[in-house]
Amino acid sequence: MCLAIPSKIIKIEDSRATVDVYGAQRDISLLVLQDDVKIGDYVIVHAGFAIQKLQEDVANETLGYFNEYLRLTAAEEEGFTGQPAKKARKRVKKAK
Amino acid sequence: MKGVAGRIKKLSDSIGKPVKLMEVCGTHTVAIFRHGIRDVIPKEIGLLSGPGCPVCVTPIKDVDAAIAIAGMDGCLLTTFGDMMRVPGSKQSLYHAQAEGAHITIVYSPLDALKIAHENKDRKVIFFATGFETTSPSVAGTLFEAERTGADNFYIYSAHKIVPPALKALLDSPDLEIDGFILPGHVTTIIGTQPYEFIASDYKIPSVVTGFEAEDILLSIMMLLDQIASGRAEVGIQYTRVVKKEGNPKAMSLVDKYFEPCDANWRGIGVIPGSGLKLRESAGNWDVTRIFNLELPDSEEPKACLCGQVLRGIRIPTDCRLFGKACTPEHPVGACMVSTEGSCAAYYKYSGVIRH
Ligand code: SF4
Repeated sequence: MCLAIPSKIIKIEDSRATVDVYGAQRDISLLVLQDDVKIGDYVIVHAGFAIQKLQEDVANETLGYFNEYLRLTAAEEEGFTGQPAKKARKRVKKAK
Repeated sequence: MKGVAGRIKKLSDSIGKPVKLMEVCGTHTVAIFRHGIRDVIPKEIGLLSGPGCPVCVTPIKDVDAAIAIAGMDGCLLTTFGDMMRVPGSKQSLYHAQAEGAHITIVYSPLDALKIAHENKDRKVIFFATGFETTSPSVAGTLFEAERTGADNFYIYSAHKIVPPALKALLDSPDLEIDGFILPGHVTTIIGTQPYEFIASDYKIPSVVTGFEAEDILLSIMMLLDQIASGRAEVGIQYTRVVKKEGNPKAMSLVDKYFEPCDANWRGIGVIPGSGLKLRESAGNWDVTRIFNLELPDSEEPKACLCGQVLRGIRIPTDCRLFGKACTPEHPVGACMVSTEGSCAAYYKYSGVIRH
């Protein structure tokens, strides 16, 4: 029930926005969102409300783990799930 | 498997004894099965499901109350779809709907408000369930209801708060947990401060975790790292979403309309300060003020082990009804209803007994 889905903002009107979720468009509320957002930003959406802006490029201690993991898995070409690992790789590159 | 899995193995070896981790959130329970996490970690690391499925912990009494509301003249009950099949004392919302009760499933409480605007001659009640992830959406909807003047809109609050339930678990003598995989989206709202007591008072490591396979493995690695070095902290693995301070705006909106109250968790019992009720000043939205919904307490079905499953003391396959009298099609207990309930997740993914 606590599932919340990353969605890309494609339109903003006052406290409402239209987002793209895996190709489908949905109207959501920005009312409880702390940060300002602009078109192209990603937000996490739950029950019709954006609850947080997605930080695509946070560099901190956790990314250290990500880096280590990616270095090792890239070296051995044995990622256990291909897709998200690729995404993460991009994130790490950005953060550097 | 090397990489993170290799590091997990090394840490597990250096700890040198079995470790029990609890994933608090039902979404994690499902993700752990779906990604086959148990297959890539050493068997010394046990993963237990906790009380983190709001559908499973909503008491029978609240389901009965929702059914009673839906049966009243001039009322329309709106609910998240997840709640529909939860067994009440006599029936579920789904059965009540089939018998003519007025129930509509919504994706967002804002949809419920919209229905209220379109049906001015009826009272539209939203069955507000969910943890801290969900209560801001309901508070946001009340804000909109106030702004747009919807005096036929009400809510029935069955909201729950996660940290007091963890404290209740930690205080129960039969639980042995070495670390918590903390919920990513609840923490998106409340931040890490409400969990600090787990580290400071109980000296148990915890890590706020995302929902991809890598997230969960990294979190397990971070937990083992704390255990191996004898530290206890509230770590954040899910940093692309979760901030230490959470979402203050969402929390203050919740605080505007709601205040904490003692709440009954299905199968667990009453936990102090673990629920949300509408404040006196927001009483006009409270359906319990216009109807007398005092219903008798009801007993859980005999032989159902949900209560112990939710507290991580037993696993679903310990229940003798599991997969036999109790299946997702015919759930006996609430843990089998929600797709995020432990019993339903075990049933779906474990390749266990199917009759
Ligand atoms: S299998 Fe069914 S009856 Fe047994 S604990 Fe789970 S929900 Fe309850």
